[in-house]
Amino acid sequence: MGEVQLEKRFQDYLDGENKIEPKDWMPDAYRKTLIRQISQHAHSEVVGMLPEANWITRAPSLRRKVALLAKVQDEAGHGLYLYSAAETLGIDRSELVGDLLSGKAKYSSIFNYPTVSWADMGAIGWLVDGAAIANQVMLCRTSYGPYARAMVRICKEESFHQRQGYEIMLSLANGTAEQKQMAQDALNRWWWPSLMMFGPTDDLSPNSAQSMKWKIKRKSNDELRQEFIDKTVPQAEFLGLTVPDKDLKWNEEKQGYDYGEIDWEEFYNVVKGNGPCNKQRLSDRVKAHEEGAWVREAANAYAAKEAKRKADKVQAA
Amino acid sequence: MDKPNDNWKIWEVFIRSKNGLSHKHVGSLHAPDADMAIKNARDVYTRRSEGISIWVVPSEAVTASSPDEKEPLFTPADDKVYRHPTFYEIPAEIGHM
Ligand SMILES: [Fe+2]
Ligand SMILES: [Fe+2]
Repeated sequence: MGEVQLEKRFQDYLDGENKIEPKDWMPDAYRKTLIRQISQHAHSEVVGMLPEANWITRAPSLRRKVALLAKVQDEAGHGLYLYSAAETLGIDRSELVGDLLSGKAKYSSIFNYPTVSWADMGAIGWLVDGAAIANQVMLCRTSYGPYARAMVRICKEESFHQRQGYEIMLSLANGTAEQKQMAQDALNRWWWPSLMMFGPTDDLSPNSAQSMKWKIKRKSNDELRQEFIDKTVPQAEFLGLTVPDKDLKWNEEKQGYDYGEIDWEEFYNVVKGNGPCNKQRLSDRVKAHEEGAWVREAANAYAAKEAKRKADKVQAA
Repeated sequence: MDKPNDNWKIWEVFIRSKNGLSHKHVGSLHAPDADMAIKNARDVYTRRSEGISIWVVPSEAVTASSPDEKEPLFTPADDKVYRHPTFYEIPAEIGHM
């Protein structure tokens, strides 16, 4: 069968809402798009641990500390599920991790913002995980089987992340005036970057159309962003906090909120590497990797020793 | 910088969620040997009591049927409706059979 026929059959198969599995034929561009998207997603989970890890030792109570620790551990797990999903496409994990550490690979820009107060742990869980969940719920229906399955697992784990974040916001919002101000300040700083997580507006995201056609993406950036805003604004109101957007207004006709202009210049600036923490995040990640070298060496030494012990036993018998 | 654990094998992980059910494939991971693959699988795939037993198998040990053989392998079963109970007509008064 020729390439054109194969691609037609592939598209028909997708249009019938069928999933693609690792050994199935797929266009090269589909494979490449998935490797890029899944690995960027994995890197985001991994780098995403850094802003929160910053606060584990300073959590205000043991309850908050175990919750944050468990959340950060989950994010490590999410990274691993996703690297595994990427590997089913024939790429080596070490190559992907190498690209992250060398600065060649991208990860979500949201993690290049600093976490300056404990309230940021609340805002991140509530808004950043909330935005990630909106995207990930959609990806549970993505056309590539291993990616979709990883997403189902991840979504099951994510809901606790968002709840623990919202709970932090709730206690701050109901606390002293100073604590409430901390919560408001965190919302002010995280609101707009969270909206940017969905990516450029539809008219400016040229690759989206192909991804939608391949059913990798099932909803457009603007659709997801709108859903997130409509869900989140009432949650902010419940907290008694103000969303930092003077143009935010309920639109009865579209049954959704109208919202103000996003500062895309800021977005592209952070993507390009000029965000407040890009350099720090990367150097922290490299440092963590290097400092973990002895663990990998020890694991190898242990495995070699065990293998030898087993072989000796066989010989002795 | 050393290349990240590039000599570690990929292992497929299967988990039995409770006795009475079979082990089910849940994903894969990297580990230097089988013992550590089990330990890693515990951390990566059973953080919320998802299982009571783990199997790990080196990915390279799995032999899979090829998608190209899907037709010759599986279509012969499609037209054998007589292998299903609904093919046989039993009077209603007999009840469930
Ligand atoms: Fe995650
Ligand atoms: Fe999360």
